[in-house]
Amino acid sequence: MKRHVISVLVNNKPGVLTRIAGLFARRGFNIDSLAVGETQDPEVSMMTIVVTATDSTLEQINKQLNKLIDVIKIIDITDVPSVLRELMLVKVSASPATRSEIIQIVDIFRAKIVDVAPNALTIEITGDESKIEGFLKMIAPYGISELARTGTIALVRSNCK
Amino acid sequence: MKLSGAEILIQSLFREGVEVVFGYPGGAVMEIYDKLIGAPITHYLVRHEQGAVHAADGYARTTGKPGVCIATSGPGATNLVTGLATAYMDSVPVVAFTGQVATSLLGTDAFQEADITGITLPITKHNYLVKKVEDLPRVIKEAFHIATTGRPGPVLVDLPKDITQAEAEFIYPDKVELASYKPTLYGHLRQIERAVNLIQESTKPLLYVGGGAIASGATAALHKLTELVPMPVTATLMGLGAYQGTDPYFLGMLGMHGTPAANYATLETDLLIAVGARFDDRVTGNIEKFIPNAQVIHIDIDPAEIGKNVVADIPIVGDATLVLEAIVESLAKRDLSGPKAEARRKWLEQTLAWKEQFPLEYGPEESPQGVAPQFVVEELYRQTKGEAIITTEVGQNQMWAAQFYCFDRPRSLASSGGLGTMGYGLPAAIGAQIGNPGRTVIDIAGDGSFLMNVQELATAVQYGIPIKVAILNNQFLGMVRQWQEIFYQRRYSHTCLRSNPDNVKIAEAFGAVGLRATSADETREVIAEALAIKDRPVVMDFKIDREANVLPMVPPNGSLDQMIGGGTR
Ligand SMILES: Cc1ncc(C[n+]2csc(CCOP(=O)(O)OP(=O)(O)O)c2C)c(N)n1
Repeated sequence: MKRHVISVLVNNKPGVLTRIAGLFARRGFNIDSLAVGETQDPEVSMMTIVVTATDSTLEQINKQLNKLIDVIKIIDITDVPSVLRELMLVKVSASPATRSEIIQIVDIFRAKIVDVAPNALTIEITGDESKIEGFLKMIAPYGISELARTGTIALVRSNCK
Repeated sequence: MKLSGAEILIQSLFREGVEVVFGYPGGAVMEIYDKLIGAPITHYLVRHEQGAVHAADGYARTTGKPGVCIATSGPGATNLVTGLATAYMDSVPVVAFTGQVATSLLGTDAFQEADITGITLPITKHNYLVKKVEDLPRVIKEAFHIATTGRPGPVLVDLPKDITQAEAEFIYPDKVELASYKPTLYGHLRQIERAVNLIQESTKPLLYVGGGAIASGATAALHKLTELVPMPVTATLMGLGAYQGTDPYFLGMLGMHGTPAANYATLETDLLIAVGARFDDRVTGNIEKFIPNAQVIHIDIDPAEIGKNVVADIPIVGDATLVLEAIVESLAKRDLSGPKAEARRKWLEQTLAWKEQFPLEYGPEESPQGVAPQFVVEELYRQTKGEAIITTEVGQNQMWAAQFYCFDRPRSLASSGGLGTMGYGLPAAIGAQIGNPGRTVIDIAGDGSFLMNVQELATAVQYGIPIKVAILNNQFLGMVRQWQEIFYQRRYSHTCLRSNPDNVKIAEAFGAVGLRATSADETREVIAEALAIKDRPVVMDFKIDREANVLPMVPPNGSLDQMIGGGTR
C-alpha cells in the first residue's frame, strides 16, 4: 500500500463530484482527501485525490475513473516532481502566558495569524502535508478547539512536463 | 423552426433511426405522449415500466440496435431501475427517457419527484438531467452515441416537464463532440504481435468467448482464427452464439453449469484467449484454481476489465473484431506447421474426445415424476430447427436453455446473465419479436419467474405479438430448491410454489393461447401446435420432474473439475 496523489481533470458539470465520490464508495476505494476547483478553463475542474492503495487497486481506480464520461484526463503525480499544497485553518487556545510561544511557532513555520481573540488565535498555514503535520504536532499541546483543512492540491513542475 | 421539447425528442429519435419505443405514460410525460400521436415512431404500451425497459433490452440484444423506453417521473422512473441494472451488467445499449417534475420544483419533494439520475448513477453508463431545452438535441445525440459505442450500456435522460413544453430552434447535431470519451478500437500493434507469438508457440490454446464478441459482431473473425489455428472454443452464457454452436470445435459453455469438456479444457489449456469476456465468478469458480497452466491474452474494449479478476499476460484493448482480424492477418504470415502445430492437433483431439465422452445427459424423456425439462428444451430445438430466438428467465430454466438449445447464430439468446433478473424473459421476448418479426421467439421460463412480469402478456395480446412462453413448471423456485437440496440438506425453505395459479387459465384470461403438456408425447404436440400460431402469444405449461437438477454443477468457489454429475477425466 502506498499513498498516491492523482490529478483528475473533469468536465465542470453538476453531479461530477457525486459520480467520482460514488465510484470510490461503490468499488470500495478509500479516499484520504479530495479537493476540487475550477481551472483556467471554467468548463474544466481539477480534482486532486489522495488515496492509499496497492498497485492493482490503483490501476482499477485509474481505469474506472477513465470510464466516467466526464473524466477528461488522469495523472498520477506521486512520482512526478510537483508542487503539493494544502491549506489549514486552526483555532488554538492562547493564554497571555502561552501567546508568545505560539507566535514564535507560527513564525518558524511561516504561518499567519488571521484572527485574534482574548483567549484564542486562529492560524492559517499552507504547505505540503509534512509541514502541516509538523506544525500541528507543535501546537497541539496548547489545545486545538477547531480545525479545517482543504486537502491537497497539486501541479506538476513545469520543466518536467 | 421552433419545436417544443417533446417534439424535439421525437424528431431526434427519428434522426437516430429509432423505429419503436416501449413506454408507459404519466403526468410528467404527457407532453411527450401527446406528440406521439402521428409520430413516425411506433410506441408499444407495456403494462409495467419494468416491461418497457426489458423489452427495449430484448430488442437491442437481438437486433444490435439501441432499445428505447419511456417512463414518467417518480414511480415510473424507479420501476425502470431493475431493467437498467440488467442492461448495465450485460452491456446492452438501452436509452431510457424519464419524465421529471418541472425545473422550478426540482429538489422540493414535489409530487412524483424521484432523483432518478442519482438513483441510476451506478447502473447506467451515463445519465443526464436536462435543464435547458436548447441542450436537448445534443444530449440525445450524445446519449445514443454513448449507449452504442465502446462497451455498450444503458443511458438515461431525465426530462423535466417544463423542458418538454418549452420551445427551441431544432438543429440536430450531426456529430458528437466529447473530448472525454474516445473508446479505443484498434489493438496496440506490439501487443498483437506478442499475442501472435504466443499463439504460434502454444500447444494447448483455448478460445474463451464472451458477450463482447457478440456486441462487436466477431463471429466471422472467430471462425477465421480457428480455421487458421484449429483450437477448441468455449463460451460464457453471454457469448453463446458468437461461435457456431454446432461447429465441431465448440465445447459448449464453461463454468458452474458448463460442460465437462469445456471445464477440463480450461484447467489444462496453456493459452487462454479471452475475447470480450470478463472472468465472472460463475465462470471461474475458485479463481486461484482457474487456468492453473495458462498464459492469458485478454481482448476487451473496456480497459477496466483487463486485469480486474485475472492477470493478463497480453492485454489488448480494442474492438474484438478489429483485434481478431489483426491477429489473423499476422498469423497468416507465420509458419504454423511443425511440432507445436502437431501438439495443438493432439490437444484438439483430446478436448473433442472429452466432448464425446462426457456429453450433457439426462434420464428418460418422461418418468412418473414428470417430463424431463432437458427434453422439452431439446424438443423446442428440434422443432424450431435451432433457428428460434430464445429469451430466458432466471434459474434452472435459464441453464437448461443454455445447455440444450444449441445456438448457431449470434443475437439469438437474450438472457440476464450478470444481474440474473427473474422476470426478464417475457418482456425481452416481446422486444425481440418486434425487432425480428420473421423469427420464432420463445421465452424459456420457470413458473416462479413467469409471474414476475406476467402482466406483459396483455401487451403481447394487444399488439398480436406471437411470442411463445415455455414454462418448465416444477412448482418450485427450482434453482434455489436445487441449492437447498445440495447445500442445505433438502430444507426447502420458502421455495415451494404449489399454490401457484393455473398458467393455462392465466393465458386464456389475458386472451392468449394456453396449452399444457404432462407427457413426452403431449410435449411434442403442444410445441407443434404453439409454433403454428402466428397471431397471438402462446403459453405452454410443461409439467416437469419437480426435483430435476441442473448438472453438472461446480459448487460456488469450487475448482472447475469438482463437477457434481460431471464424470472424471
Ligand atoms: C428478481 C429476482 N429475485 C430473486 C432471484 C433469486 N433466484 C434465482 S433463481 C430463483 C428461482 C427461480 O424459479 P423459477 O422461475 O420457477 O425457475 P426454475 O429455477 O424453477 O427453473 C430465484 C428465486 C432472482 N434471480 N431474481
